[in-house]
Parts: sequence; C-alpha cells; structure tokens
Amino acid sequence: MIVAERKPLAEIAEMLKPFRKICILGCGTCVTVCLAGGEKEAEETAAALSLLRQNEGLETEISTGTILRQCEYEYIDDYAKNGFDCDAILSLACGVGVQTMVARLPDKIILPGLNTKFMGYPLEQGVWTENCLGCGDCVLDLTMGICPITRCSKSMLNGPCGGSQNGKCEVDKDVDCAWHLIYERLSKLGLADRMDVIQPPKDWSTSHHGGPRTIVREDVRLEDGE
Amino acid sequence: MKTESRLEKMLNSGHFAVTGELGPPRSAYLETLKQHADAMRNHVESYNITDNQTAIVRTSSIGVAAVLMQMGLEPNVQMTVRDRNRICLQSDLLGAVSIGARNFLCLQGDHAKFGNEPQSKNVNDLDSMQLIRALKNIRDEGVFVSGEKIEHPLPRIFIGAVANPFADPFEYRHLRLAKKVAAGAQFIQTQCIFDMDRFEKWMEKVRELGLHKKVHIMGGVTPIKSIGAARYMQKNVAGMIVPDELIDRLRGADNKQKEGLNIAVETIQRLKEIEGVAGVHIMAIAWEEVVPEIVERAGLYPRPEID
Repeated sequence: MIVAERKPLAEIAEMLKPFRKICILGCGTCVTVCLAGGEKEAEETAAALSLLRQNEGLETEISTGTILRQCEYEYIDDYAKNGFDCDAILSLACGVGVQTMVARLPDKIILPGLNTKFMGYPLEQGVWTENCLGCGDCVLDLTMGICPITRCSKSMLNGPCGGSQNGKCEVDKDVDCAWHLIYERLSKLGLADRMDVIQPPKDWSTSHHGGPRTIVREDVRLEDGE
Repeated sequence: MKTESRLEKMLNSGHFAVTGELGPPRSAYLETLKQHADAMRNHVESYNITDNQTAIVRTSSIGVAAVLMQMGLEPNVQMTVRDRNRICLQSDLLGAVSIGARNFLCLQGDHAKFGNEPQSKNVNDLDSMQLIRALKNIRDEGVFVSGEKIEHPLPRIFIGAVANPFADPFEYRHLRLAKKVAAGAQFIQTQCIFDMDRFEKWMEKVRELGLHKKVHIMGGVTPIKSIGAARYMQKNVAGMIVPDELIDRLRGADNKQKEGLNIAVETIQRLKEIEGVAGVHIMAIAWEEVVPEIVERAGLYPRPEID
C-alpha cells in the first residue's frame, strides 16, 4: 500500500492561512490503513487546526469528510454530488489522490495534508517499511523475493558492497543490508550460485527515469461512448 | 576581481562577440576536432564544448577543454545536470577551474531517452537554474550547495546559461530568462534562431524588463546544410522553430549549401541591429569549416584586439 505521514500542523496551518472555510477530506483506503489520513485523522486535524487558528485569532469554519478513494473519479463524483461549501479543501490523501481530485475538481483549491512516503507494508503496529520502488521491471525472481532496488541503499544488482557489516547497511545501523538478506535467502534455498551471476546494468527507462508513466490496456479499454 | 576570460572581456568591452561550438566525438580521437578548432581560432573568442550532446556518450567536455587550452584556445565548458549529481558537478567545476577553464554554460540536458544509453538513469539532482546559482554561490559566497565553505576562494569564473525563445509558453520565456539572470547568469546563448520575428518579439519583452543591460545575450545561429537538415530540425528537435518559408527558400536555391550560408550571414546581420543582442553563438556542428566564412561575410572579422 501507499504509506504516508501527516504534514506537521504548523505547515498545514500556514498553507491554509488565506482561507476561512476549510474542508478536511480523509481518504478511505491506503492512508486510512496506515493511520495517516483517514476519517479519524481528518477529525483530529480539524480539531487541532481549529484550536491553533483560534489562538491566532483567525476566523475559521472547518468541516470534515472522507472519500473512500480520492484516486478514482467515481468516488470523487459520488462525494462531490452535494458540492463543496468551502474556500479550500485540505486533502488527506496521498499525492495520487490530491492530483486526481485536482483533475476532477479543477475550480477548487485543493491542498495536500500528507507527505506521501513510499510503497510498503506494516512491519508491526506503528512501524511501516518501504519495499517497492515501482521500477517497472521486477527483479524479485532473481533474489527470491527481496528487492535490492528498494532495500539496498545503492540499488545494487551485484551486492553486497563493502559497507555491509553484521547484516546492516553502512547508511544506517538500523537498516538491514538487503544483499545480506538475499544471500541468506538464496543460500537457504540452495540457490547461492545465483550470486555468481554478473547482473547487467538495469534498464531504468521502465522507471520514472523514462519520464512519467502511463499504462494503456487496449483489451480493457472502452470504445468511445460505451 | 579581474577576469581571465577572453569572452567576458570581449563582452564587457561592448564588442559584438562571437563564440563557436565543438561537439566532442564518440571516441577519444580528437584530431578532427582539433583541426576544426584551429581553423576558426582567429574568428571566435571561445568555444562551447558540448556535454554528451543529445545524451550520447562522447569525450567529456572538460577533457576536450583541457586539450583546447593546450592549443592556446578558450573553452566554454558546457555542464548539464542530466548525468551528474551535485557532488560531481561541483567537483568537476573545481577540476575544470584548476586546469584553467573560466567559462561555464549551465544546461539541463536532453533526456537520456534520446541518446545512445536510453536505459540509463537521468540524474537531474539539481536543475539548470540551481546549477547557475550553485556556481555563483561557490564563486561569490565561497559556499557549496550544502552551505559548507570552500577552503580557498575560486578564481573569477564567467557563468553562462541558455534561453529558448522558441519554446512554450512564449509569454513565460523572458521571465524565465529573468530568473536565470537573478540566479547568476552573466551571459546567455539562445537556441538556434530561424524564426527571426519570434526572436525579435522575445527581445522586445527582454528589453522591457531591462534584462539586456544585466546579461550579455548571444543569439544562436546554425547554418543549414541541406533541406533534409532543416526538415529534421523542424520535425524532430523539440523546442525549435524552422519556418516553412525558410525551407521553401532553400528549395528554390540552386546551391543549397550556399543559400544556407547566406541565411546564416543575414541572420547575424539582423542580430547585430537588434538592441540588446551582445553577440552571436555559431553552432555549426558537423559543418565547422564554414564558420570563418560566416564570420567574415557577417562583417565580424578581424576580431577586435583584447588585452
């Protein structure tokens, strides 16, 4: 899922300063699950912002709501049926959601309440970790399920580098060395000889390095007017 | 601080300056490039050395700059942000200055997908605007991008940037130039000018902002060798405008090459008349041998003496 964190309240307050009537909109999917931008966080943010603005003497009217997925037109349309009675919307969706909202509601001011961090998963309650960079050309088959592009700080395909010590990365002692993990996993599976293969330079054009990406699936597209 | 840059001296003295351009080869064999450089040594102030132009692997700009300086010629080292992060850009700046280079031209660089290593990463750690500011800060404030102090002051360098009056949105292009000037650009070379009307409209807006008094603007000129070359630029090069009338004119000419040179010479003559144009940058890539003739016929030869 997409993992995000709410922006610091001071930053949110600053960007919303010019507006009086504010709608704080949570998103019901990824950011709800990672406890960054769901209904609960929308209400918490509204309460904290109200208090802060009150102290600053700013006239304020804040409402809250949640769209199940801000990244899909049909959910936005469904919610937007009743209109938005506000000067600005603070979206607690990820960057995808904010931009989909802007694309769908171009005459609205829509501002981001979250910092979108990464694609990852919850390691334990309150801890999330990044494990996919969306490079567009998955290599998990080579490493039997541990991504070196994401989890190696240098995105090496022929690791580990000389900075790997006690299973940890040179960048941070709290970060596992991905290539240490890969080595252990391949060894356990009797596939350690895979480490001998010199992996050639990666094709980065399938990632963002090739420019913004779009997928077109002709087989599921609708004909005009369908 | 006194400048060691011949180009800067020429522009500061108010003379209409001329720069040339050399594209390093896809090898380390530089004899042909040296011949081209030598052939125009009396016709240009200095030479742009392109930086892996069109994202194709070539001898490095700084490597060629060193060779040029050994020949007693002055390089304008082009630096794109495509292939190097801020560590490498700043380090290469120091390296280039240490071997005597003084003129630097900051560019973004074509996307790698257009070159011969389309699978590579595009670095773009800094953008071209930030590179201009970085060079200025290192020189004037003695600080790197990080804010850390340089151990010893940098000699005076001359910071250049590019401008493209033919890119869109047109209404923003002079404002973008203003931003580059504010960032620290001291000289500007423009994209090749084939659409003179649009260039003049842009210059009008540039003058309205008074930018021509803050920065030396050199018009980009490329002699067209053939109809095919003109068509290629018209269709395949992003951010270029080649008007149909120009192609028609070439088509109507018996000798296409001669007509191509005539057009280049006329372009320079018009540029000389435009208020705020401080010089001309001649990009005759793959047709370097005609640069002396163009400069002479445009009435820019002999070049003024500069101490």
